[in-house]
Amino acid sequence: MPLYEAVLLALQTIRTQKLKSFFTMLGVCIGVTFLIAVVAIVEGMSRYMEDDLVGKLLAVNTFEVRQRPNVNIGNTTRAMWEEYMRRPRLMDADVPAITATLGQGIVWAPMSQDNATATTVSGRPKSVNIYNTTRNYFEIKKMGVTAGRIFTPQEDAMGSLVVVIGKDVKDHFFPNVDPIGKELRLGNLPYTVIGIAESQGSALGMSFDKFAIAPYTSPLRRLTNKQKGVIDAVMVKSPNEQVMNATMEDVREVMRAIRKLRPGQQDNFVLETSASALTFFAKIKQYLVLAGVVLPAIGLIVGAIVIMNIMLVAVAERTREIGVRKSLGARRRDIMAQFLVESTTLSIFGAAIGVGLGAVLAKIISSVTPLPAAIALWSVILAVVVGAGVGIIAGVYPASRASRLDPVVALRSE
Amino acid sequence: MSASQASESLTETGERRVVSSAQATAPDKDWIIVTRGITRQYEMGGEIVRALRGVDLAVRRNEYVAIMGPSGSGKSTLMNLIGCLDTPSSGEYWLNGQQVSKMSDDALAHVRNKEIGFVFQTFNLLPRATALQNVELPLVYAGVSSGDRKKRAAQALDRVQLSERMLHKPNELSGGQRQRVAIARALVNEPSILLADEPTGNLDSQTSEEIMRVFESLAEQGQTVIMVTHESDIAAHARRVVVLRDGVIASDDSGDVFRATRPGQGH
Repeated sequence: MPLYEAVLLALQTIRTQKLKSFFTMLGVCIGVTFLIAVVAIVEGMSRYMEDDLVGKLLAVNTFEVRQRPNVNIGNTTRAMWEEYMRRPRLMDADVPAITATLGQGIVWAPMSQDNATATTVSGRPKSVNIYNTTRNYFEIKKMGVTAGRIFTPQEDAMGSLVVVIGKDVKDHFFPNVDPIGKELRLGNLPYTVIGIAESQGSALGMSFDKFAIAPYTSPLRRLTNKQKGVIDAVMVKSPNEQVMNATMEDVREVMRAIRKLRPGQQDNFVLETSASALTFFAKIKQYLVLAGVVLPAIGLIVGAIVIMNIMLVAVAERTREIGVRKSLGARRRDIMAQFLVESTTLSIFGAAIGVGLGAVLAKIISSVTPLPAAIALWSVILAVVVGAGVGIIAGVYPASRASRLDPVVALRSE
Repeated sequence: MSASQASESLTETGERRVVSSAQATAPDKDWIIVTRGITRQYEMGGEIVRALRGVDLAVRRNEYVAIMGPSGSGKSTLMNLIGCLDTPSSGEYWLNGQQVSKMSDDALAHVRNKEIGFVFQTFNLLPRATALQNVELPLVYAGVSSGDRKKRAAQALDRVQLSERMLHKPNELSGGQRQRVAIARALVNEPSILLADEPTGNLDSQTSEEIMRVFESLAEQGQTVIMVTHESDIAAHARRVVVLRDGVIASDDSGDVFRATRPGQGH
């Protein structure tokens, strides 16, 4: 009997026994549902971490020279933290040496950041993220303006009291008016709004639009770095990853020279990239994926046992049918194929329903919690392959029992 | 009783289906069924039951034979052997020129598919399949393509006057109609023999007559029919009646015409 006919026969049997078939595939269905949902959540989280969260904190092909990592996902132990705090600070005086090594096409910007209270004449005070940086920052972050402009080189050089604000700051202080040219007091310093930045979105319920960016040498520096001469970071953006890696090595050499580190000593600074910020998350992700695969596997094993039992019952119930089929010329392998295809079809059917339910479950989870979901193609393929595998494994024993029935005995059964 | 002695010694060595080479010659083409000293024994509750103790039976092409006998006479066992559902413990069985007593399981399945059309007492139709699908079944296992199958199954149903009931399921058909579906299924692959096991056992007398007329007309068209029954009025429809008692042929009224030329060894 050709395969497609066996599949049709199996589908017919499933259709005529809907309820029983449903319970038969329930185990596989639930296993696959959770496989798809868990993997979707893990995948969604990691895509989110990589693209949105870390991608927004640290720009593409960019590294930041810092005293210690700025983005800390995962566990920073107390000892690590203490070591970070003992490190010397990055100084304004270090910047020329660092930037002197940079080649063509590389964009850099000094950057210091903190929180400060912003006020206007009429508005309620609001805490905002304040940045001291240069106009290159906008290029590095690929941040455009929706209104107004970014600072000019002159304003950069002079440290003018001008500021580019984020969307949230605009909505808070200037909900119905054009803020360009209006005064915004940052830590009581009278800044003039010259531009509104494009929305940077949000991640894990955290807005990236609550900022005010001022020229590096403008008076806000008193707030972003209270200690004189200290700087938070130097951002360095390369045209591509290879150049970035080479540039990082050059900068590392310069920094080690400045810090007078001997060859055996560890770096007492960090060159932070989005990849380095994600190393810990990548580790967690492995465990999460493992859990996302192992836990549903238990469901699938239960599903396999259920299918095997139901198929054994089916073989017992249909002993006479098997006898009739044999009397009409069915060979062992025909009977074997019939039951094997039936169990496999059932199982794949269950897996397919599970894929659908898993996708729905993932969507529900992502809509009621801040967790994002992304259905991974590999998990769908895995689910269907596993479904087929479960069906075949669960079907082999019942099918071989059916195929070995003596036709005389089988025909006599009730 | 040389056959039963032979079977005893064979049981001791644990071997079955061993036939001496002197006997292993194919019978004349005219004979569709030839059995030579076939025996069949099986264990039941620790006891060895000798269901057949050496049966020599020969059936010509186009014969219409009834096999009768009281229960326990071995007629069901003989039917299973003739139908290639089972193999003899010893002796030879030639079906349409092939020695089937030595065949493997799959080869027997092939023979059942090509050579034998079964009609059972309980019809044995698949309950979830339509009449047409039931009739198609032997063709499925013969590897006939779907389109061809439908055509041939419809023709077979036409032969038993059931064309208009093709798409009905067995539970929507009367007993007589079910048995006619079963006959159509038996005929669809153009078997050498039509093998009916108490075909009227589950039918009232009027329907029984109707079914017997179907068999009669098939026999007239040249179909070899072998029917196992314990009802003498049913057996009376056949042109030859073989009576089995205690695992051997007690009488064979086919007339001496056949006996004289029968190639099997008599007792």
